[in-house]
Amino acid sequence: MLTFLMKRLVAGVVVLFAIACLTYALLYFSSANIARNILGEYATQEQLDAKSAELGLDQPLIVRFLGWLGQALTGDLGSSWFTGQSVAGALVTRLPVTLALIVTAIIVIAIVATLLGMAAAVKRGWIDRVVQTAAVVGDAIPGFVLAIVLVTFLAIQLRLFPATSSISPDSPSSAWTASLTLPVIALVINGVTGAAQQVRSAVIKQLEKDYVRTLRSRGISERVILFKHVLRSAAPAGLTVLSLQFIGMLGGVVIIEQIFALPGMGALAVSSTTLGDIPLVMGVVLYTVVIVIIVNLLVDLANGWLNPKVRVS
Amino acid sequence: MTLPIASIAPTGQSGVVVRANTVKRILTNPMGIIAVVILTIMAVVAIFADAIAPFGENFANIAKTLAAPDAVNLLGTDSAGRDTFSRLVFGTRITLLSAILCAAVAIAIGLPAGLIGGYYAGKFDSVANWVTNVLMALPGIIVLLTIRAAFGPSVWVSMIAFGILISPGYFRLTRTAVRSVRNELYVDAARVSGLSDSRIIARHIFSVVRAPIIIQTAMVCGVAISIQSGLEFLGLGDPTTATWGVMLSEGFKNVYLTPTLLLWPGLAIGLAIGALVLLGNAVRDALEDAETIKPVKKNVEADAPARESRESRKTPAAVAAGTEHHLLRVNHLGVGYPQADGSIKKVVDDVSFHVDRGEVLGIVGESGSGKSQTAFSILGLLPDNARIVAGSIQFDGKYTVAPGDDTVVQSRLTPLRGARISYIPQEPMSNLDPAFTIGSQLVAPMVKVLGISKKEATARALKLLADVGIVTPTRTFAAYPHEVSGGMAQRVLIAGAISCEPDLIIADEPTTALDVTVQAEVLDLLRDLQQRLGVGVILVTHNFGVVADLCDRVVVMKNGRLVEEGPVREILRTPRDPYTITLLSSMLEDKEPMTMLVSSAKGSASA
Repeated sequence: MLTFLMKRLVAGVVVLFAIACLTYALLYFSSANIARNILGEYATQEQLDAKSAELGLDQPLIVRFLGWLGQALTGDLGSSWFTGQSVAGALVTRLPVTLALIVTAIIVIAIVATLLGMAAAVKRGWIDRVVQTAAVVGDAIPGFVLAIVLVTFLAIQLRLFPATSSISPDSPSSAWTASLTLPVIALVINGVTGAAQQVRSAVIKQLEKDYVRTLRSRGISERVILFKHVLRSAAPAGLTVLSLQFIGMLGGVVIIEQIFALPGMGALAVSSTTLGDIPLVMGVVLYTVVIVIIVNLLVDLANGWLNPKVRVS
Repeated sequence: MTLPIASIAPTGQSGVVVRANTVKRILTNPMGIIAVVILTIMAVVAIFADAIAPFGENFANIAKTLAAPDAVNLLGTDSAGRDTFSRLVFGTRITLLSAILCAAVAIAIGLPAGLIGGYYAGKFDSVANWVTNVLMALPGIIVLLTIRAAFGPSVWVSMIAFGILISPGYFRLTRTAVRSVRNELYVDAARVSGLSDSRIIARHIFSVVRAPIIIQTAMVCGVAISIQSGLEFLGLGDPTTATWGVMLSEGFKNVYLTPTLLLWPGLAIGLAIGALVLLGNAVRDALEDAETIKPVKKNVEADAPARESRESRKTPAAVAAGTEHHLLRVNHLGVGYPQADGSIKKVVDDVSFHVDRGEVLGIVGESGSGKSQTAFSILGLLPDNARIVAGSIQFDGKYTVAPGDDTVVQSRLTPLRGARISYIPQEPMSNLDPAFTIGSQLVAPMVKVLGISKKEATARALKLLADVGIVTPTRTFAAYPHEVSGGMAQRVLIAGAISCEPDLIIADEPTTALDVTVQAEVLDLLRDLQQRLGVGVILVTHNFGVVADLCDRVVVMKNGRLVEEGPVREILRTPRDPYTITLLSSMLEDKEPMTMLVSSAKGSASA
């Protein structure tokens, strides 16, 4: 168990390092106009050169990267070139918004998709057809188009929800609820159909297993078979889908947050990459990758708990 | 928004080859037709955009901004006075081309890598796998944002980058498909006959991955359109080209004034992605053959009889006088499965036999003779679509399947299963839930059926494990199914079958899946237990040696029908039916049956 965890952690650190290298190299190509972006249109060439030297932009890629890496390893991600705010500080105010949005959406998706998927697998008939059709429709409508429709009708036309939001970690919970309801609905509608479809096929696959018949032959009730045995064995498939959706949402919220004007990490990602605020971009990328690694690790742990066979190997 | 790379799970059917009639099947599927029509129209619009659009993509009439639709501007104009319809038409071209570019890049990287990685495995495979993991962990949108910052707002650059990001999907798909066929006999044969690896990959293996690739490509194009319009919606697109995403972005800025500006590009994006998803589904359905349609039909047709059986459940049934004393009586039983054409295929036909208390009845036949189906009818564990087409089953003087029933009435069997009728399956490993300990799987039925406490049940379970010859009951009790051997697992299942003191045990080929030496031990155990508990047993087997060893009476089945029934000695000594003679002679290899009986129990187990 411990060796498994260690292995995964080492693999995670290697991936994190590889991604940091890749991103930094990519950002190098976009650093031509950074000094100009910071100082504005009317800065003289001397001022620009001075700023570039100050930020280390005149150094070769490898020197710059090692400098950043050395700092990052001590836990210091630097501060924004544009606002001077510390990267960690900027992320701490933005991350809760994004995480609250995604985690709420994933929890709702998990509950609704499990119920729908199981009902479709067990009852078949009309509910099965509805779930299967909905899965196709859900795939077909891009999430952000759906979000635009929601914001246009419910927030702008009917004024049921605020169309913009300025929540921060110390806003009251009522403000959070009002701001997050619509974006969560958009994420859920988009993700729940596919997840329900996966749960459905996983449950059907389990129901066809021999051990289900044997449990029935032992007089175990259908309810216990479904919720204790079948659901548990079908859960890894559902968890995998949810983790993929979670990772997908981490990227997707960039657009969703823009539509609902949420002050989350997505908006930060857009502005920092556009301007070339390299410390901030690296901070966003590292935080995102760490979250991805944590989610994957949690899913592996959950699968190990659900399936004793995995636990051993 | 579940966009980036990771959200594209491999969707294809691996191991399926695209055939000519696949196209026909796609076109007879309404979803397929809709998809093909939409995509064809879009392709035509894209190709002839210059002829179709009345205005240039950036032609602006400053005097006429945010205009409502009229005869000149069919869909109105935007905030710069540009014609919405014309921009929509030009947007089609760029959107389709960029989606194709993205898929082409992804295929160009993922397909060869998957073919090589899957075929040769080894170093290349592990490196490619690692790269895949890194690519999949990359925050896709942020990479695209960075690339845009570095290389400018070109649609083409970001689509090439997205193609690279999404190539792991193709790599994994191809690799899995290739792996599954690499060791097929026909590939071996091709290799032995001297074909070069590249020829084998081109001829045999490529044909296997073609279908999944087509499905994946439809999905990827949809995601590419979604990503591209999403980026442009953020205001990161090239403002000098008319694309759906740029139009959406401009529409959103004017959402308070002219919401219809959002409608058209939104609709176009939805239609394009929808058509691609439908196309992917249609291809998959076509490849999955007509088989997937049949079971659906079966269920529909089966609805009516199911309702009738619900009616008949109310009528209390009395069994025929003079038969109450039999523990089990199967009377002219017929079991069938509805077919797509409305007919019913019978797998059990006019089968009658009985079992008395403490008696061991063998049901012998080859696979497909209907012996297992008969056993499952008694247990009430037939598949959902199975139908009782004739006859009845009675247990201890009461009908479980009354004459006229066409399904097994679960409310009659539920109180019997586990408590009075129990089951020993054929394949020990697959019949234990891998997620629960052996102990918990023994305890739960006893708590439920016998109504005893968990503690009592645990004590009983430990004793039962000892009774079935397990040397370390406590350890086995705490073990998971994958931690014990097949023979042990079968002993556990036997312990489970006798745990609630049933009157009848149905054993479905209880030794077939076991090693030869273990077979003999398990048979000994069954005989001991049966004699000690005085329980009735139905032993389903294809092995006359087992029958001779354990059974009092035997029925012989062939093609769903009962061909012969009688006491074991009689049937072994003087078989009347030619089929029984064939079965016997194949078992005993022309030797004098009676002289072989004692040793044949163990000797023929190897047959």
